[in-house]
Amino acid sequence: MSIVLWAIIAVIAILVIWFIALFNGIVRLRNRTQEAWSDIDVQLKRRHDLIPNLIETVKGYAKHEKELFEKVTQARADAINAKGAEEAAEKENVLTGALKSVFAVAENYPDLKATANFQKLQDELTDTENKIEAARRFYNGNVRDFNTKIQVFPNNMFADMMGAKAFEMYAAAGEEKETPQVKF
Amino acid sequence: MGFFLVFVIGLGYLLSYVFDNQLILVIAVVIAVVQALVSYYYSDSITLAVSGAKEVPRKEPFLDLHRIVENLSIASGLPQPKIYLIDDSAPNAFATGRDPKHASIAVTNGLLDKLNKTELEGVIAHELSHVGNYDIRLMTVVVVLVGVVALLSDFFLRWTWFGGGRRRSDGEGGGQAQLVLLIIAIAMAILAPLAATLIQLAISRKREFLADASGALLTRYPEGLASALEKIAKDPEPLEVANKATAHLYIESPFKKSSENRGLMAGLFDTHPPVAERIKKLRAMISK
Repeated sequence: MSIVLWAIIAVIAILVIWFIALFNGIVRLRNRTQEAWSDIDVQLKRRHDLIPNLIETVKGYAKHEKELFEKVTQARADAINAKGAEEAAEKENVLTGALKSVFAVAENYPDLKATANFQKLQDELTDTENKIEAARRFYNGNVRDFNTKIQVFPNNMFADMMGAKAFEMYAAAGEEKETPQVKF
Repeated sequence: MGFFLVFVIGLGYLLSYVFDNQLILVIAVVIAVVQALVSYYYSDSITLAVSGAKEVPRKEPFLDLHRIVENLSIASGLPQPKIYLIDDSAPNAFATGRDPKHASIAVTNGLLDKLNKTELEGVIAHELSHVGNYDIRLMTVVVVLVGVVALLSDFFLRWTWFGGGRRRSDGEGGGQAQLVLLIIAIAMAILAPLAATLIQLAISRKREFLADASGALLTRYPEGLASALEKIAKDPEPLEVANKATAHLYIESPFKKSSENRGLMAGLFDTHPPVAERIKKLRAMISK
C-alpha cells in the first residue's frame, strides 16, 4: 500500500517539476524574444542618427534637390514618432526607400561621391543596414525557438494556459518587394 | 563526453583496485585538476601567444573585419569577441576562449587577402559558432581527460615493470582471478591512451561539423563557407605558426596532406573532417 502511495507521489512530483520547467523555459524565451525586438530598435536608432549628417553633406553639392531632402527628413521624423510595432515597421521601410533614392541621386554628382565624408557616411549607413538585418535575424531566430517551444506536443496543450502567444516573424522580404516610388 | 568520463574513472578505479592503492587515482586526479584550472583560465592567452597573434584596432584596413564580427555577434546574440591577426600568408582562422564572454577570434593575413566578403563571413560565423557551442571548453576538458588516462596507464605500467605494487596477502583466494584481471589491466593500460586520443579526435570532428552547420544557420548562406573552404583547401601553403598542439583549433587542418586518398586508419587521426565532405554537407543545405 505505501509503495503505491510513494509511486503516485513520485509521478506527481515529476509532472510538477516538468510543468515548472516548461513555464520557466517559456518565460525565458519570451523575454529573450522581446529583448531581441528592442535590439532591432537600437540599430534603427543608429540609422536615424546618421541621416541628418548625410543630408547636410549631400545638400552641400546637390542644392536643388529640395523635394528629396524634404522627403527624407519627413520619413525620418515619421519613423521616429511611429507608435506600435506595425506602424514602426511600415515607416522604417518608407525611410529605407527614401535613403535608397538619396544614394541614387548622389550618382549624378561625382564631386559629391568623391568626398571622403560622403564615402564614410555611405559605409556607415551600409553597415547600419547590415546591422539592422543581423538584429532581425536574431529576432527571427528567437521567434522560431519560442514558437516551436509552445507548438510542439505536449507543450501546446499548456501554452494557452500559460498565456503564451506565438510571435510574428519580421518578414521584411514581403514589404520590401514594393519599392516606394520617389519622384525627384 | 559522459562515456569518456566514465571510461577514465573506471580505468582509475580498476588500477587502484589491482594495486590496492588509492594513491594512484588521487595523484592523477590532483594533477588533472591543476592542469584543468590552468588551461581553463589561461588557454586563450597561451594559444594566442603561441600563434604570434596581435590584436587588431577598429580602423582601416581592418574596419571591414571588425564590422563582419560585430554584425555576426548581433545576429547570434553573443558578446563580441576580441579580434586578432596572425602574420602568415596561409589562409586560416581559429577561435579560443572558455566562454562567449572571454572569447577571441584570430585570422591570418592570408585569409583576409584571399577570401571575399561573403566567404570571410562564413569563416567568422563558423568560428563564432565554436564559441557559442562552448567547443573550446569542451575540447579543453576532453584533452585533460586524455591526459589523465595517459598518466594513469603510465603509472600502472611502471609499477608492473618494476614488479612493484603491494598486493593483498594471498589469504584472499582466487589468485587466478587476480592474474586475469592483471592481464586485462595491462592490455587496457597500453591501449587506453590510444583509445582516448581516438575518442578526442572523433569528438573534434563532430564539433567541426556542428560549427559548420551553426555558422550556416547564422549567416543563412552556407555557400559562403563552402566556397571559403574550397579556397582554403586548395591553397598549398602550410601555416608556419601551427603545430600539433594547436592544429585542431584552426578552421581547416593547417598541415597540407600530399595525397587526397586516406585510408580508414589515417582518417581516424584527423582533427578535422575531410574538406570535400564538409563542402558537400554545406551545399546540401541549400534547398531550391
